[in-house]
Amino acid sequence: MTPNVYTATSTTLKWLLGTAWLLPLAGFVIEIFGGYWGGRKTKTAAWIAVGCIATSFVLSLSALLVWRGATAEIREKQATALAEHDAAHGHGHGGEHGHGEHAHAASDHAHGAADHSHAHTNHVHTDHADFNPLRTTFTGEFYRLARFGSVVVSMDYYIDGLTVLMFTMVTLIATCIHVFATGYMAEELTEHYEDHQVHLSGGRHFHRPGRFYRFFAFLSLFCFAMLGLVLAGNVFQVFIFWELVGVCSFFLIGFYVERKSASTAANKAFIMNRVGDFGFLIGLMVVLTYFGTFQFANTSPDEIGSPGLFQMVRDTHGHMVTEGDGREKVVLLQSGGNTPLHSQDGKQRVIPYWLLIVAGLGVFAGCVGKSAQFPLQTWLPDAMEGPTPVSALVHSATMVAAGVYLVGRFYPMFTPEVLLTIAYVGAITAFIGATIAIVVTDIKRVLAYSTISQLGYMMLALGVGGWMAGLFHLITHAFFKSLMFLCSGSVIYGCHHEQDMTKMGGLRKKMPITAYTMLIGVFAIAGYGLPGLPINFSGFYSKDAIIASALTYVSLNPQHFLLFYIPVVTAGITAFYMFRMWFMTFAGTPRDHHVDEHAHESPLPMVAPLCLLAFLAWFCAFRGEDGGLAHQILSSEPTHVRDGLEHGGILGLSLPSHHQIHEKHATAGWVALFAAGLGSLISYLFYCRRTLDAGTIGRQFWVIRDFLIEKWRFDELYDVMFTRPVHVIGAWCQGFDKRVLDGLIHLASHLTLQTAKFDRAVDERLVDRIVNICGEVTYATGRSLKGIQTGRLRQYVMFIALGVVSLFVLVFAFLPRS
Amino acid sequence: MDSVGLNHYLFVGAVLFVCGIVCMATKRNAIGVLMGVELVLNGANINFVALSRYTPLGLDGQVSSMFVIVLAAAEAAVALAIALNFYNNHLSIDVDRADDLRG
Repeated sequence: MTPNVYTATSTTLKWLLGTAWLLPLAGFVIEIFGGYWGGRKTKTAAWIAVGCIATSFVLSLSALLVWRGATAEIREKQATALAEHDAAHGHGHGGEHGHGEHAHAASDHAHGAADHSHAHTNHVHTDHADFNPLRTTFTGEFYRLARFGSVVVSMDYYIDGLTVLMFTMVTLIATCIHVFATGYMAEELTEHYEDHQVHLSGGRHFHRPGRFYRFFAFLSLFCFAMLGLVLAGNVFQVFIFWELVGVCSFFLIGFYVERKSASTAANKAFIMNRVGDFGFLIGLMVVLTYFGTFQFANTSPDEIGSPGLFQMVRDTHGHMVTEGDGREKVVLLQSGGNTPLHSQDGKQRVIPYWLLIVAGLGVFAGCVGKSAQFPLQTWLPDAMEGPTPVSALVHSATMVAAGVYLVGRFYPMFTPEVLLTIAYVGAITAFIGATIAIVVTDIKRVLAYSTISQLGYMMLALGVGGWMAGLFHLITHAFFKSLMFLCSGSVIYGCHHEQDMTKMGGLRKKMPITAYTMLIGVFAIAGYGLPGLPINFSGFYSKDAIIASALTYVSLNPQHFLLFYIPVVTAGITAFYMFRMWFMTFAGTPRDHHVDEHAHESPLPMVAPLCLLAFLAWFCAFRGEDGGLAHQILSSEPTHVRDGLEHGGILGLSLPSHHQIHEKHATAGWVALFAAGLGSLISYLFYCRRTLDAGTIGRQFWVIRDFLIEKWRFDELYDVMFTRPVHVIGAWCQGFDKRVLDGLIHLASHLTLQTAKFDRAVDERLVDRIVNICGEVTYATGRSLKGIQTGRLRQYVMFIALGVVSLFVLVFAFLPRS
Repeated sequence: MDSVGLNHYLFVGAVLFVCGIVCMATKRNAIGVLMGVELVLNGANINFVALSRYTPLGLDGQVSSMFVIVLAAAEAAVALAIALNFYNNHLSIDVDRADDLRG
């Protein structure tokens, strides 16, 4: 790309996405002030919010097209090179194993510190720079906030295929959800909203003015924060918007703030996120100390700017250049090309390998909090206290996926050890979430646990080297999960805020559109499809890709076999609980006549988004990994992912290459499909045909059932681990406070009192008396002298005359004559 | 008869002074008291004028007496105003009745 074209495209994209990003903020300002001064019975705020986000969507879509147009040539070249590369690689691959000369490994796995030429000569190599995603990336600066020495804090942008795709996805889903919410939140359009879940004394309910405008204002603010997070060009900016989405989530979970459960859930979400963000901050500190910059990359062709993080940590072939072994292992930083980066005094700049691991784990800790991964997953189910559109937008499709997005974005910085951690955390989360979802009866909580489980899936995919698989699932999951949340919202709306599935049943006759759109979502999340068929449910392709990556990873690292078995089992469980939810809600006969009588299909603004999202949930991954969506994601894949890694890092872990994954793909597809089919079948037998009785089975395995109902006892565990010790320490502190500190204070006050008493005595007895004596003496003197003042003028004259005479007499008598 | 000397002047001044004192001490009429004051002042003036002969310039005492005369005129004006006010309040100018401030 010539510098001119680069600059022009960069400017266009910057303005398009910048406007798309800032529009919701403008919407927020108008809604929050306009709503405050305007009436509470108008839907204006909603239409402003919908207008802003829909415009953002149009702008994002244009940006996507602009980006595709500008990079078409490069991507085509890459595709051609890829075909040649794959052909060559496929040939060389078998031979390579025999030779035992691993060109890639030479750089990442230091093959003896002495011979450090990391030559790629014996490898049939197309120029790796061709695949470098930075070639299709546009970076730059919106606004510089501050400069501290060499550290610059600025609002940057980093626009690659993934950014524009995320923008389009987020704004599209947000638009659907905004439209849905105009219907769902309509009952807030009143001056006297009665909250049936807040009981006051005397059996009355809580009344308050409706908060329609506030809801949409917060939704707009959230969209602004989320888009800023995606657009961010440096990791510090990511952190800023990370916190902003967090606080929006806090506001929206606590929307019904008078409900104790809602306010507690909001606090829980916010506080648990702080735990992860602490790790994030540690990661940022390591990054700042050793790299001296937060920027992801600097891809501008015509200026020699300082390289970004991704360019420093890996060379253009995508390899980390390391030196030393064990504890002394360091990563040599690069200067953007394939030349080493030197500090000002001419020394090679390095970062200790273990600190790079710390930085990676730190940033991942932030993602654990935000994406509700084990061990911080407990806040997400509680977050369902928020209104359902919030759950759909914030807590399934976008904000919680931000953690996955950041792992994907920060991928070049992660070492194989960090990736292993990510994979295990993801696997554990996926399993825990799926198992709890089996026993939950609240329709929204089923989806919440499902979200946790699916996010774990994505993390697992990223951890086992399936970069594309993880982000592919992120996009498809966003569509079908937001669809299902909106469907559940439609059910809740139709059933007058009944969320318990045990009271539903047979609703498909009352609300057919909701039922069948949800069924599409269920099929999508279960991952149904026929391998080889171009039109399958989107979830099929993405889950397939994940299982394939996991299978390849396990075949390369047999000791981590759990990373394959857990996702397969989880895939089965996912299908089971999802069909369980659908059968319990929509199939069979009504269980509670009161609920059933009032059930009705939702109005048009609510079902239209369902249909659109159902369409997307089915078809968005059209043609799977050969389709547009997957290729769009693939264009941003970090260079080093393609060829995998052999015995890299300290633990000697191997990461699968695309070629290896491709070989396992067919097997993995069938395995996943088999698991999903089995899960659905069992679910069908339990909840539709009722051949098997769920209650009986549950009673037989009551230990497991109760364990699951209590959510693996994580809340109890944290209670014992953190809350109780804090209470105990608090009690100690209180005792110390009461006995020692209060004693000291009482002693001090007693002493002060005694001093004051003494002081008072001195004052009264001594000082006052002296003053009184002075006064009395003066008074007495005056009184005694009073008699002289007769008021007789002539007498005074006489006194004066006699005085003068006597003075003269005295003078003459006593003054010696000279 | 000898020429008039300093002693004569001092004698006249002393006589005037004593007359003034006696006048002030005996008169009950405020105006009379004022006249006594004038006598006292003029007695002093005669002393000034007489003794000024013995100063280097011969004018110091005369200038001082001029000041005293001016002072006496001002004092008389103030004192007459007081007397008038007193009369307004008490319908009399008997100084013995002006004893409101006695102890």
